[in-house]
Amino acid sequence: MPVLRSRIDPKSDDYKANYAHMSGLVDKLKEELTRAHEDRSDKAKARNAELGKLTVTERLDKVLDRNSPFLEIAPLAAHDMYDGRIHGAGSRAGIGVIHGREVFISANDPMIKGGTIYPMGVKKTLRCQTIIMENRLPSINLVDSGGAYLPMQSEIFPDVDDGGRVFYNQALISKMNIPQITAVMGLCTAGGAYIPAMSDHVVHVQGTGAIFLGGPPLVKAATGEEVSAEDLGGAKLHCSESGVSDYLADDDAMACEILREIVSMLPAQKQADYPRRAPAAPLYDPREIWGVVPPSLSTPYDIREVIARLVDGSELLEFKQLYGPTLVCGWAHIHGTQVGILGNNGVLFSESALKATQFIQLCDRQGIPLLFLQNISGYIIGRDYERAGITKDGHKMVAAVSTATVPKFTVMCGQSFGAGNYGMCGRAYSPRFLWTWPNAQIGVMGAEEAAKVLITVKNDQLAREGEPPLTSEFEEFIRGPVKQAGEKEGNAYYSTANLWDDGIIDPAKTRDVLGLALSASANAPLDGRDQGHSTFRM
Amino acid sequence: MFDKVLVANRGEIAVRVLTTLREMSIASVAVYSEVDAQALHVLSADEAVVLGDGAPEPAASYLHAERIIEAARVTGAQAIHPGYGFLSENADFAAQVTEAGLTFIGPPADVIAKLGNKTTARQILADAGVPIVPGMRATADDPAVLAEAAQDMGYPVLIKAAAGGGGKGMRVVQSADHLAEAASAASSEALSSFGDGSIYLEKYLDRPRHVEVQILADAHGNAIHLFERECSIQRRHQKIIEETPSCALNTDLRTRMGEAAVAAAKAVGYVNAGTVEFLLDSTGDFYFLEVNTRLQVEHPITEVTVGLDLVRHQLEIAAGSKLTLAQPDVSQRGHAIECRIYAEDPAADFMPCPGKVLYCRPATGPGVRFDAGIYPGAEVPVHYDPILGKLIVWAEDRPAAIARMIRALQDNVVLGVQTATELMIDILASEPFRDGDTNTRFLEDHFADWHPCEDGDAQARLGYVAADLSGVGHAGAADTLPGATKWPSPWQTLAHWTLRS
Repeated sequence: MPVLRSRIDPKSDDYKANYAHMSGLVDKLKEELTRAHEDRSDKAKARNAELGKLTVTERLDKVLDRNSPFLEIAPLAAHDMYDGRIHGAGSRAGIGVIHGREVFISANDPMIKGGTIYPMGVKKTLRCQTIIMENRLPSINLVDSGGAYLPMQSEIFPDVDDGGRVFYNQALISKMNIPQITAVMGLCTAGGAYIPAMSDHVVHVQGTGAIFLGGPPLVKAATGEEVSAEDLGGAKLHCSESGVSDYLADDDAMACEILREIVSMLPAQKQADYPRRAPAAPLYDPREIWGVVPPSLSTPYDIREVIARLVDGSELLEFKQLYGPTLVCGWAHIHGTQVGILGNNGVLFSESALKATQFIQLCDRQGIPLLFLQNISGYIIGRDYERAGITKDGHKMVAAVSTATVPKFTVMCGQSFGAGNYGMCGRAYSPRFLWTWPNAQIGVMGAEEAAKVLITVKNDQLAREGEPPLTSEFEEFIRGPVKQAGEKEGNAYYSTANLWDDGIIDPAKTRDVLGLALSASANAPLDGRDQGHSTFRM
Repeated sequence: MFDKVLVANRGEIAVRVLTTLREMSIASVAVYSEVDAQALHVLSADEAVVLGDGAPEPAASYLHAERIIEAARVTGAQAIHPGYGFLSENADFAAQVTEAGLTFIGPPADVIAKLGNKTTARQILADAGVPIVPGMRATADDPAVLAEAAQDMGYPVLIKAAAGGGGKGMRVVQSADHLAEAASAASSEALSSFGDGSIYLEKYLDRPRHVEVQILADAHGNAIHLFERECSIQRRHQKIIEETPSCALNTDLRTRMGEAAVAAAKAVGYVNAGTVEFLLDSTGDFYFLEVNTRLQVEHPITEVTVGLDLVRHQLEIAAGSKLTLAQPDVSQRGHAIECRIYAEDPAADFMPCPGKVLYCRPATGPGVRFDAGIYPGAEVPVHYDPILGKLIVWAEDRPAAIARMIRALQDNVVLGVQTATELMIDILASEPFRDGDTNTRFLEDHFADWHPCEDGDAQARLGYVAADLSGVGHAGAADTLPGATKWPSPWQTLAHWTLRS
């Protein structure tokens, strides 16, 4: 296969400046991740230790295979929201391996507000369930939660994508024959009681784990009966009398061991047979991506320089290299698995949209997963292009992306503006996974452009009313807040806080993240490819 | 010569002795406890006898003199080779063997008894003119006597068990305040380890080298030495790396130490192979430490540099032959190093890590020897010393031997149990070791903060190898699954990996 030749000079000033800038962003990311994992009050730590419970990190370590990867999902959800300390929206979740088997694992963090559920916590749980269903990953739950965060109950409880949906999904997951295994390692109160109840296997830790529809405070308020949590819903009761739980564990460590045993007994699963070959490292160090990507989003860079640092042997077979050159399409391998890559090298024209459409259809037919590397300011605009039907061609690309049945993966590598976000498989187009680089910006348009549009609209309105146009002072009055909001809300951290992605990642880790996710996605078989119509040459 | 010999030991040393027996066409008998039923020494012997009901505890198996002698009687073995450890330095056992009409392959019981009591041994050797470390000539349990003796020789002092070895019952005492407490702790440890709580004091030499001399003596009054071994690299008072020749010795010192060792052998009427241990201080003064009345763990480095099979000589001497060599016949050539491979965790204070050897593949190549008691699938039981084997290299000179040992350690694969291989590579590659600047505190001085390299790439490479060897294609999947499973996934190859790492 053709090997990409890098044109980057690692000794150049541009490279060094780019590298320094991205290195700063990655340092900040690692600080934020560390804070999310470790920033807990002394009181909460002491309480956890006093109850003889392991920390969430220790629980994850004990359940997952030693010395194996953990691909955490949404570690910075709810970043800077609420009081700024509901790290990861109050839970840890991700994909890991148990006895070599890829599984999805979620764990409440009782050291964050007693593991109570905030609105973003519900959103994260639903996202996790989507991952479980789309990729057919066995679901492991480590429950330790005081239930809904009552002061915000109205934002958690009644709507279609609120708390109830979690249990609805659990029933669907069960119907799909995806194993759900729960360890009760703390409170499972009210709605939380259904998480174990709707699972296939329930491990219950004696002394700390309790399941009840109404906790002791509610029982007392309702009936006046005084009863301890252990008597009301402890492991003994549920394992020997009610039958709600199946396996009794003396402590967290034993529960983790039982979970591992259960997973080791699960039947093997048919995998999607993506084309694979022997994995090989890229010829260029993935960390050089830091020196490839310029600090300013408006400075263009060749996406091939990124691809050369992502794919096995830096090998890319380009599709229609000479046609629609603002979109690079081609076949490559990541950790041995073949992928079809679409990467932006400028604004999308009709030709690039048509090329994308044909390429996506081809990959879909051949059962090859799609990877979108987004650095897109949008589709081309202007009279000539409208006349030539850019909207029709954009439609074809959006339709192809929407209906492709192979797994799609999206990485936000810079700009993600307007319909470009859609055509390049933004969150609404159901990529199996979507990650954001720390430099990325997302919005309907760039903040500067948005301000200009608003000023133009205002001037048009003034002109209609026979008024003079805005003074430059007033223009600034409009531009300032719009730009500020655009930059804040377009920022990667705002995006990840709102679960518009599955996490911000170090660009140098993109290859490994994708490799792990590709492997995880293969747990769901491919089907439905041999139906419908032929591929159309665009 | 004997027709049949019983080896009263297990592990690598039993296998080592069995090898020579086979070369000499002598039938062999192994003994074992139930946990060793599939051990290499059992599989390597012509016959094997379970000891008692097979209970694994040493006292019921490899330390049970009657059961071992009974095994020899049942199988018709004429002699017993005790190896090292277990009953090898037990005078009562040697006496019982002789009383049973069998030959004990080692010194006579009375010699073992004399040398086994450290204070008696010091007295005899001092009288023979061998320099000894300043210290008490008798054991004592009276704190006042101990305190006075310590005051006389000056702190720091070393408490030692009279019946001891292997670091058991040993304590370094820096000042008078700690003497009484350390003495009682050492005494009770000695009591529980050797059944004898007697202790005595010695001047503690700071950072001495441990240099020992191999001797061979026959029952006809002839004795020679086979040069020295330096065993300064120790952990918890136990040797892990040994070499010969020692770079601290010049010809003159070597001659004097060799002569002192031969004088010691003659003074006690020593017979068979033995080792006279000395401490060598930085001024070139050496002091007698003790005599090990058996084959040493590190004997192979002497074998490869002098070109002799010590076990063969042991058997010949025990059968009554005269030494076939005189001192001028023996010369040493090149340089040899031994690294002991234990199932232990160097990052956790060398805690033993018994378990199952999932795979092993010994290093090979010119000048490389691996004396081992393991094979792929072998169990390392919790009940005994967790030694797996010893890697020995020989080369023309010390730098070449170091380079060869590093290469051999890198090639010597043992998977499934933790070993200190990585630490030993780092020691051999270190500047002080290369400079020959070794002493018994070497590890504390240079490697106290050592921890294994946590390089994910290296672990990933190991992961590849392990996956390849174990024939696992893909996480939990069988070969029957489609192409997706044929190659390893990053879940197998990335090792420890997180978004933060």
